[in-house]
Amino acid sequence: MKNRDAEIMICRCEDVTRETILKCIAEGYQTLDEIKRVTRAGMGPCQGRTCRQLIAAELSRHYGMPMEEVMMTTFRPPVKPISLGALADAYEHERTGHKHEKIV
Amino acid sequence: MKKSYDVVIIGGGIIGCSVAFELAKRGRKDVLVVEQEYLTSGATGRCGAGIRQQWGSMLNATLALESTHVFENLEEYTGYDGDCGLNQGGYLLIAYTEKEWEQFQKNLEIQHQVGINSHAVPLDCIKEIVPHINTDGIQGACFCASDGHADPFHCTYAYAKGAQGMGVEIVTYTKVTGLKVENGRIRGVATTRGDIEAKVVINATGGHAAQMAMLAGDELPIFPERHQILITEPVAHIMNPMVMSFHRHFYVQQTPHGSVIMGMGDPNEPVSLNTKASWQYLEHNAWVVTQTLPAFRNLRVVRQWAGHYDMSPDRNPIINEAKSAEGFITIAGFSGHGFMVAPRTAILVSNYLTGQQDSLDISRFSVERYKTGELLLEPSVV
Repeated sequence: MKNRDAEIMICRCEDVTRETILKCIAEGYQTLDEIKRVTRAGMGPCQGRTCRQLIAAELSRHYGMPMEEVMMTTFRPPVKPISLGALADAYEHERTGHKHEKIV
Repeated sequence: MKKSYDVVIIGGGIIGCSVAFELAKRGRKDVLVVEQEYLTSGATGRCGAGIRQQWGSMLNATLALESTHVFENLEEYTGYDGDCGLNQGGYLLIAYTEKEWEQFQKNLEIQHQVGINSHAVPLDCIKEIVPHINTDGIQGACFCASDGHADPFHCTYAYAKGAQGMGVEIVTYTKVTGLKVENGRIRGVATTRGDIEAKVVINATGGHAAQMAMLAGDELPIFPERHQILITEPVAHIMNPMVMSFHRHFYVQQTPHGSVIMGMGDPNEPVSLNTKASWQYLEHNAWVVTQTLPAFRNLRVVRQWAGHYDMSPDRNPIINEAKSAEGFITIAGFSGHGFMVAPRTAILVSNYLTGQQDSLDISRFSVERYKTGELLLEPSVV
């Protein structure tokens, strides 16, 4: 029988499948923080908006604990991706009081 | 978890896990690693992950060279089935002042004595290494092709799993709350999961090391200093080496995965255990790095975080057995370069604890050096 877990995408940004997540849990990784660091799930452009909950659900099921008790990873800034150019121009603006002409 | 162990190691970062592995390899397998959160949750998992051999002191150059040799075969060395992510794309060190450039040339002599394959890069050849670099203001540069970076999570797990395979136990989410000292000797630790006896206790707690040592009556000049990092979305490969400037306090590299990761020191950062990320850092680092690498202006930042350097007065590690508690050994104070020298440091400490010979003299790392004045001076830190 075909392994469906290998086709179920948990983290779309980093291409992490359900099979990989379940393997991690079977190997003894107990928390979202650990799974994020060994698989990169949640480290992509959306910063875990989808996969964080899906992995939490797998941990909840495996350990028989309610979802609200699954420890979350730290929500880190920025909320949305922002270009280095825009940030650099903001610094330049604050430093000199002049707005950078270039639009990024 | 048992009630008693030969050795208890406090701290599940690269230092704690590599020492556990090297001890077990030398036959001291009755070892427990106690980690307050998850493995790598402290400085290791927050670090810039660089592996640099281009140092300005013989001791650091040796530690880094011999550690790099271990990183080159870490999976095989520890029996790890994952990928430790070593990428030897080199380090390009750029000098923005005459004085810095003179120092780099002195550093090269030291590196060559130790056998490191670094070299000076003529100004007109810098773009051959990083084509999109802005060379304005650059006085000179040095390059070492076997410098690079590795994945701090997988490297730590490689050591941890290797150690566990030899019988070492690791407990996570367990905090050490006290140290038991009797008649000038360490007897064990108190934890949130009960008391544990031990003959030897190793303090590998990075920025927390001074606080931890105080519990055994040992006063150490190690203090935490926040450093911040940001990472961008992954893009096609455009840069092989780590690019680093001491004068402008920054380093930047592109990981094999495609993300660009960069960090910057702030000379005015106060001593604290603060791990909050700041928007001021984000803007400042973006400005500084895009002056040197303007092509990165279009890259988007997806995440930023902070961690601690465990600073010592001469910005080099302290490996010290407490006078107040024999058998209590602190390994900390790496001042921002602990990850890259961890493999060789763990070998040094484990040789000492198992009575084996080592080509390096461990006593040079003792806290006594601040009294005798035999400091471990290093001219090149960021």
